Amino acid sequence: MSTPQLVTLDFEEPVAEVQRQIDSLEQKPDAATFAEEIATLRQARDNLLEKTYANLSPWQTVRVARHPQRPQTLDYVRMICRDWCELHGDRRYRDDPSIVTGFARIGSMKCLVVGHHKGRSTEERIKCRFGCANPEGYRKALLKMQMAEKFRLPIVTLIDTPGAYPGLDSEERGQAEAIAVNLREMSRLRTPIVCCVIGEGGSGGALGIGVGDRVAMLQYSWYSVISPEGCAAILWKKANEQTNTAAATALALTAEANLRNGLVDAVIPEPHGGAHRNPQATAERLQSWIVDSVRELQRLAPETLVRLRFEKFRAIGSVAH
Amino acid sequence: MAETSWESAGAATTKKSVPDGLWMPCDGCSETLFRKALEANLWVCPRCDHHHRISGRQRVEQLVDPDSFEPMNAKMAPMDPLQFRDLKAYTDRIRDAQRTTGENDGVQTGTGFVKGRKVALGCMDFTFLAGSMGSVIGEKLTRIIEHATDHDLPLVIVSCSGGARMMESGFSLMQMAKTSAALARFDDAGGLFISVLSDPTTGGVTASFAMLGDVILAEPKALIGFAGPRVIRQTIRQELPEGFQTAEFLKDAGFVDRIVHRSQLRSEIGRVIDYAGK
Repeated sequence: MSTPQLVTLDFEEPVAEVQRQIDSLEQKPDAATFAEEIATLRQARDNLLEKTYANLSPWQTVRVARHPQRPQTLDYVRMICRDWCELHGDRRYRDDPSIVTGFARIGSMKCLVVGHHKGRSTEERIKCRFGCANPEGYRKALLKMQMAEKFRLPIVTLIDTPGAYPGLDSEERGQAEAIAVNLREMSRLRTPIVCCVIGEGGSGGALGIGVGDRVAMLQYSWYSVISPEGCAAILWKKANEQTNTAAATALALTAEANLRNGLVDAVIPEPHGGAHRNPQATAERLQSWIVDSVRELQRLAPETLVRLRFEKFRAIGSVAH
Repeated sequence: MAETSWESAGAATTKKSVPDGLWMPCDGCSETLFRKALEANLWVCPRCDHHHRISGRQRVEQLVDPDSFEPMNAKMAPMDPLQFRDLKAYTDRIRDAQRTTGENDGVQTGTGFVKGRKVALGCMDFTFLAGSMGSVIGEKLTRIIEHATDHDLPLVIVSCSGGARMMESGFSLMQMAKTSAALARFDDAGGLFISVLSDPTTGGVTASFAMLGDVILAEPKALIGFAGPRVIRQTIRQELPEGFQTAEFLKDAGFVDRIVHRSQLRSEIGRVIDYAGK
């Protein structure tokens, strides 16, 4: 991966500094004479990167999850799907580009892929509202998932949203109803559903395509009832670096914490320095998790599948009697 | 989502929805009202018709035939699975809310009769941490839904909530999936779910069971929405139109079947059960 164009997060600055030293040596006409020094610096850079990522705070993890170069749904589609056959529209109102749906082949497996898409260019990001879907996005997702059920195709959802879009139109068109219906209907679809949070798992907007038989998170993604900033603004009365850090920690939003709390089933490790440093390796790991999970689920009778999915969500909660 | 009504309801942790005292000002028209008279009028202002917020317990009393309510899981209380602490510890918030309200958490569930018809009932309580849904509310509602499924009872849930409870983070988020999945089974069994939306119904509660009623009733002028008004204003950077996210707005948009005055709620529920109940 071409490291020079990599956007550096503030806590990655020491790594970037070593990288700059490497670059300046490599650009010298007599670079060959510095081969040993360059090798040492590379080793130092890799060690520093590994150490930085081994000690990310939850808030720093959120920053990685939002990295502008982090692979998005359509990047994974390009990397792991053969023959992507995108299907548009909710047949009610319009096509929402912030949730994409389509037939795809992953390895030898035919499936339906559903995923939030944030967009890459400024223009695309605006069109996708930075991955914040409207009701028609959730309704499109459900329509295609019900079709997948009909044709016995497994469903793969990729979650990556700061949250469902909070706007005038989205309220008027029933954002809450759209998400609620998805939760109810996904719980009883008679086909395997596997979900992975690939970046941001922002609240109901994430869960709206997240009721699955198996739910995984990429190592540096986050999943929570509210964003750290939203939580900080309400409970700490202001959102700044310090309160966001505190809120991110309190919310237990990392993949590791969600796994520990039994809210997701698996964590998919990312390459050193995060998915954006090696999208291909991340995609390969995601693909094998998807394929293994679906293969396992396809052995179950539909009634068993639906019952186990219900029981999985039924069991979540922490109460005193 | 969880952010929604804490802005307007932050005070709910320290004060009751209806203050004590012989006289009190109406939240709608500011007219000074005799407390007893207001109570006799179901906490609806006789002058401006403002529907004051009432507790889950008051709601139960108003809805069911006298002495017919049999509570379920009344002792269920919240835990603190994440050892959550913001400026205050969640355990302290729970303790304070329990002390001021006398309740274990923010929902009453059980069975009772509405005009002689047996129902499974859930009434949310905004006075308890803004009616925010954590594990207890999710679990108690799921159990009452399951009870309705097992006993072929019509289900009535009166929502009144600021959304999901932030202090239980992912646990509260998943209550949305849990309650909705239980409603799928209830639906498969042919059960009738009447969802009643009262002021306010927002966030994760709206985006799960509250919007899944076979019939959805709402009290006049109730605030109903997904995102809170403050969040929407910040996002779109403009003022919200008059009446946005009210029950009437939702009815016009096609998401609420009927607006029902509190004095008519019992008879309307009975009427719907007579059409659609088993």
